[in-house]
Amino acid sequence: MSDARGGGTADVVIDALGRRCPLPIIDLARRIGDVPVGGTIELLADDPAAAADVAAWCRLRGQELLGSAGHAHLVRRLA
Amino acid sequence: MPAYLDHASTTPPHPAARAALLAALDEGWADPARLYREGRRARMLLDAARETVAGVLGARADEVSFCASGTVAAHLAVLGTAAARRRAGDLVLVSAVEHSSVLHAAERHERAGGRTHTVGVDGYGRVDPAGFTPPPGTALVSLQHANHEVGTVQPLAAVTEVAHAAGVPVHTDAAMTVGQLPVDVGELGVDLLTASGHKFGGPPGVGILVVRSGTRWANPMPADERESGRAPGFPNLPAIVAAAAALHARAGELAAERERLGALTARLRARLPELVDDVELLGDPDPAGRLPHLVAFSCLYVAGEALLGELDRAGIAVSSGSSCTSDTLTPSHVLVAMGALSHGNIRVSFGRGSTEADLSALLDVVPGAVTAIRERAGAVGL
Repeated sequence: MSDARGGGTADVVIDALGRRCPLPIIDLARRIGDVPVGGTIELLADDPAAAADVAAWCRLRGQELLGSAGHAHLVRRLA
Repeated sequence: MPAYLDHASTTPPHPAARAALLAALDEGWADPARLYREGRRARMLLDAARETVAGVLGARADEVSFCASGTVAAHLAVLGTAAARRRAGDLVLVSAVEHSSVLHAAERHERAGGRTHTVGVDGYGRVDPAGFTPPPGTALVSLQHANHEVGTVQPLAAVTEVAHAAGVPVHTDAAMTVGQLPVDVGELGVDLLTASGHKFGGPPGVGILVVRSGTRWANPMPADERESGRAPGFPNLPAIVAAAAALHARAGELAAERERLGALTARLRARLPELVDDVELLGDPDPAGRLPHLVAFSCLYVAGEALLGELDRAGIAVSSGSSCTSDTLTPSHVLVAMGALSHGNIRVSFGRGSTEADLSALLDVVPGAVTAIRERAGAVGL
């Protein structure tokens, strides 16, 4: 369990540790369709740009960033 | 067709600067601190350069000093004011999107036992003047005139008003605006201003430090008598003379260049979203709120390094704030502070020699380059 908020478990977890930006964001975009609208997806990414880029991607794509903690970023699919 | 579109990093020497540099190498090689004929001649050239720079910036000649670079000038401005105002306070307020020279000076101030507070920015990279209301114990406010990565012009006069109401002096890093926009220290109301000669067509090796009279400032470096005790070492006189000539020439061209380059950036901002999917234009869309010669944008799912490489192969020189293009592999602190997409980032900046053909060359290459990089990464239709 590595939920970014320390709460429940995400519907899908993507391990993009060690992958350089923008690859973690591409991984996230590829998999967002795997969860239903309202579902959550957790991205594990340790690239220094990941936190900023997950937030920017959510803004650009109309998804919700529920939170980031360390290398874990929890996103809720809204669209 | 090759195109140099990184004029915000540095721009080729202005013809006036070339001519002045060669003349000053012949006429101004001597030590301007010496009293013999050769020294007096050098002194006259240095004084004339100081008068010229002061005139363009709306300052008095004795308020202008020359140092080794814009970076050194920013270090001296921040640390010198903090040192002189130690009894008034130990807090330095800076914006989150300052140039590294200011941020590194603020870090040094902290390591020496002082405090630094960083003021955040909005999505355009602009500060809210209210954020610069100085708490008790503030020694200095430092805010750039315009941002070097996205071109947003800061509400400097409003920030100065807020700071002065609390009796706190203001430094501005005007490296991006001097030679591009009208810059008058009196109108801006700032107490210290710094700039860099090579950014406006002078040679490298010339920093400009303006300290308004009445401003409390103490040299944070070991004592030296040069430049009224403000900047150490034998001044790079030929380069200073050349930078002053460039600034004078730029001042005369400024209105026409602003309009001409403003048209290029307006066209680039209009065309990019038509030609490239998922491109985010950065900074203020209002021409009044941004530099006339600079456009920054980020392309979703694109590595900035790959895009720089594709453009370089086509002979087009631009810069990037993406992490993969930095030595430390960290994204630009400016893009992060704005909440902008940090990957796929490109900064295009036009200059004196830039033409419509340069813009066309860029627009010919970028869409295909972005598509090819996205295809290679399997990031199509996302």
